[in-house]
This record gives sequence, C-alpha cells and structure tokens, in this order.
Amino acid sequence: MEAKGKVLRYGDNVDTDVIIPARYLAIQDRKELASHCMEDIDKEFTKKVRPGDIIVAGKNFGCGSSREHAPIVIKESGISCVIAETFARIFYRNAINIGLPIIECKEASEEIKDGDELEIDFETGTIRDVTGGRTYKGQPFPPFMQKIMKAQGLVNYINEG
Amino acid sequence: MGMTMTQKILAKKAGLDRVEAGQLIEANLDLVLGNDITSPVAIDVMKGFKKKGVFDKEKIALVMDHFVPNRDIKSAENCKCCREFARDHEITNFFDTGNMGIEHALLPESGLTVAGDCIIGADSHTCTYGALGAFSTGVGSTDMAAGMATGKAWFKVPGAIKFNLTGKSSEWVSGKDVILHIIGMIGVDGALYRSMEFTGDGLKNLSMDDRFTIANMAIEAGGKNGIFPVDELTKEYLEKHSSRPYEIYEADPDAVYDEEYTIDLSKLKSTVAFPHLPSNTKTVDEIGEKIRIDQAVIGSCTNGRISDLRAAAKLMKGKKVADNVRCIVIPGTQKIYLEALKEGLIETFIEAGAAVSTPTCGPCLGGHMGILAAGERCISTTNRNFVGRMGHVDSEVYLASPAVAAYSAVCGYIAAP
Repeated sequence: MEAKGKVLRYGDNVDTDVIIPARYLAIQDRKELASHCMEDIDKEFTKKVRPGDIIVAGKNFGCGSSREHAPIVIKESGISCVIAETFARIFYRNAINIGLPIIECKEASEEIKDGDELEIDFETGTIRDVTGGRTYKGQPFPPFMQKIMKAQGLVNYINEG
Repeated sequence: MGMTMTQKILAKKAGLDRVEAGQLIEANLDLVLGNDITSPVAIDVMKGFKKKGVFDKEKIALVMDHFVPNRDIKSAENCKCCREFARDHEITNFFDTGNMGIEHALLPESGLTVAGDCIIGADSHTCTYGALGAFSTGVGSTDMAAGMATGKAWFKVPGAIKFNLTGKSSEWVSGKDVILHIIGMIGVDGALYRSMEFTGDGLKNLSMDDRFTIANMAIEAGGKNGIFPVDELTKEYLEKHSSRPYEIYEADPDAVYDEEYTIDLSKLKSTVAFPHLPSNTKTVDEIGEKIRIDQAVIGSCTNGRISDLRAAAKLMKGKKVADNVRCIVIPGTQKIYLEALKEGLIETFIEAGAAVSTPTCGPCLGGHMGILAAGERCISTTNRNFVGRMGHVDSEVYLASPAVAAYSAVCGYIAAP
C-alpha cells in the first residue's frame, strides 16, 4: 500500500471539535459532513484539499471526543494519510477501524513543511519528502493492522475473518 | 514483575494469567455503551456485518442524551434510528427522554456499571466508571458496532501513571480542582495511551462524586482510563445502586508504573482551565484581573451530580445571578433532578435567576441549550474548552468546579468562594 500527495500542515493538539464541530454531528450523509472538515481550524481546507493529499501535524492529533465522524470526514475529503508525532488513542483506533492510514513519526512531524510532496510506503513505514529531499522512517503497522487497512476497515476485516 | 489494577482486570477478561504493557489482547465485554450521536453510526456499521444481531441484549446501553430532547429534525431522526434498533433487538437498557440522564451520570446510578467490569462506550468520557474500580474506556462507533455484535474488543495493554493522593482538601476544593490540577501538571497528552491509577490515603476524603469527576477527565490528559481502588465508600455505593455482583481487583505491590506523582490535597486551590486547552490551568488567586463572564453552565457528565448541585446551591442561596450573566443549571439525571427538587436546590437556582434544564449534554459540546455568540465567555463545569466547543469559534470556555462556576455567576466575573 502506498500514498502520494501534497502536505497540509497543522500544529499540536488538533482536536476532534475543530476537525468536525459538534454542530454538524447530526448529519449522517458523509459528503455533506465532509464539506465541514477542519472548518474551525482552517476555513480553506475543503477548497485546498486534493485527493491523495496528506495531513502532517504535531502531538496528540485527534484529541477530545470519540466521534468517528472525525477520521470519516478526513478520509472522505480524499486525505490518503495522516502523519503526526502522536495520536490521541481513540482517534488512533477509529482511523484504523475505518481504514484511514496514519503514521507516527516525530522527525517527519517536526520537519515536513506545508505544500511538500510526499511518497509513503505503509508496509515499511517509509516517508519520502520529495520536495525536502529527505526520507523518514515511521512506525510500520503490525501485520493485523495492515490487514485491516487493506480490507478498508474493521467491518470487511471481520467479515473476511 | 507485578500488574497494575487495569492490567489485572484486562488479564482476567482476556482469559490470561498475566499481561504486560504493549501486549495486544482480545477481552470480553460486560457492557457496550452508545449515545444518540455515536450509535446511529454504529448501527449503520452493523448492517455491514455478515453476523447479524447483538451478543447480549442485557449488556448494551443506548442513552439518548447529546442533542436530546431532540434539537432539530436530524437529531430526531438519529434518536428514531436508535429507538427502532433498540426495539428490534430488544435492548433492555434503552434510555429516552423522560427516563434518560447524561450517560456517565446515569449508568452508575442505574447499577449497570460495577467494580471489575470491562466496559467500552462510544463516548470519550466512558472512562468515568473507573471511579467504581472498573476498566472502562471510550471508543468510536466501529468498535461499538463490533462490541455489540461480538461482545469483544481488542486492546493494547496500557502502561500506567500512579497518582498518590494524600491529605484532605478544604471545603470548596473538589474533585474537579484535583483533576484540573493534574491535567495542568502533565498536559493534555501527559497520560497518552496509558492508565491513570489513583491511590493513597487521601482517597478516603474524596466522595464518589469527586471520584467520578476525576476519572471522567482522564481522557483530557490523553489517558486510556482512570481507575480507583475499591474501598468501603465504593462498596456502599455499589450495594446501594446495583444488584449485580462485583469483583475487586488490586494492583500488585510490585506493579510497574512509568511515572509516579504525589499530590497533597490540602495544598490544592480552586483551579480554572483557560481557553483553549484543559491543561491551560491557573488557580483563581493567580488570575489577577477581573475576567467578566456572559454565561455560567453547571452540569454535564463531569459535574452534574447531586453533590455538585448542592455546592452550587449553597453558594447561590439568597443571592442573585449577576446582571448580564445567564446561568444554566443541568442536573445529570432525572433522579438527581428530583433529589435536587426535594432538597429545595432547584428553588434556590430559580430564585437566584438561573435557568434549570432537563438532563442533556446540550451546551457542553455546543449542541443546544446555551450556545455562545462570537466574543462571549462562559465559565463551565464541563470538560473541554477547545476552540468553538460551546458555539462560535470566537467564544471562550473556562473550565471550573461547580463552586467556582456558581460563585462566578453571582459575582459576574471569575471568582472562587
């Protein structure tokens, strides 16, 4: 599994309330929900984002509420991977369960800049910053999580099992 | 090498003699919880499973509390979806308007959560039940769906931080001040992926309501769970509220902790978390300026219990909410509401000029019943003060105890009794 795209850069403690504000949580339609993705931290997000783009952030990405709507709107927006120094634990589980690839990598989180072009290999956890000319080694997923990712989430994984 | 309290519960529920931090396990669940926001997503996910039905209709709790009584048509549709699911699957513990409460105040009160349980809930504050000596943690809707279908969930066994609490706090310093102090000290990711285990001789001075508040906000430090040992007070609570048998677990004397902190409760002061992180704390006497407020909210899964309302009423009795301040009081459950009514607390609030609402999560997450406009400021007994949490992105939320919120409502600016 691989990803390729341009970086959208954010800081530490990006919480689920800014990823998808609670005022929209009654919406069930995923496309409509995704039209509010990152609205309270970056009003331009939905205009800027292109399929394949990659979010790079600092510590504790996805902290706060357990709303699965948060990884759902990020995936629905076309984001192919989120890289952060650390993830909040519920967001981490939710991202894996819905098949949104995420990688923890401190150096990549610190150095990669907004707009950089990245290439990611999920099996090895390798992140190549084409623009910055550097390669980073993130933590690869254990095999069972890779299987969940390949199955596009826990539901298919359970059904296949 | 010994195990922590959390590790011992997880080992038992996974059918293993021992577990260690970092180990991936599959555990049996005693309860799977969802609310009106997360359950519809889980119900939709369940439609995708080949295996149909639920693992145990008695061990699922669906609580309509976030946008309830229905805020708008979409919220009404979501509750309807849950109601139909509960009916079709004969879910015993379905709580709707009229018998509902805020989930984490309601479930312990209803006796559905007891010591030794392994609980997941599609709500981040599910960690509240650690106050009873249970392992409980928040998950998302897909985990909830898998839990409802199979009665199991996978976990990475957490390491732990030990908080040794000593001494006794002064009258107006509560569990909320304890947990805000801790989050201020270790940060919003200070306990990331780990358990927060509370211990020490100061525990005997913390009421069950204080412990619920402390465990409730473990997630605000990034914790997987917060947990308290079972003592006489816990047993008394469990025996009063539940007919279910419970199991007592204790950390091994040689359990390994990543970090240990000792906190002298007698040294703590009234504490407030400033916008926009729960870790951005100051004691009230450090503030040094008059921070005027437009609104005060007293309620939520963190601080909507009877002792919270008693503290607030004691400070508001015979007083008036300051001019230009809206004070909203939200009892956590119907039972708490009725108790407050019988004790005369509701009368005190209304006479002081506060609005009293039926139980709902409402304003805590900017759902309804107290949304803030641009530039407005609220002191709140809730748990999060992120950007836009209670309304407009340019509004501000200050987190505090019920005593500080009530006292501030009367003063018109942030102040402590």
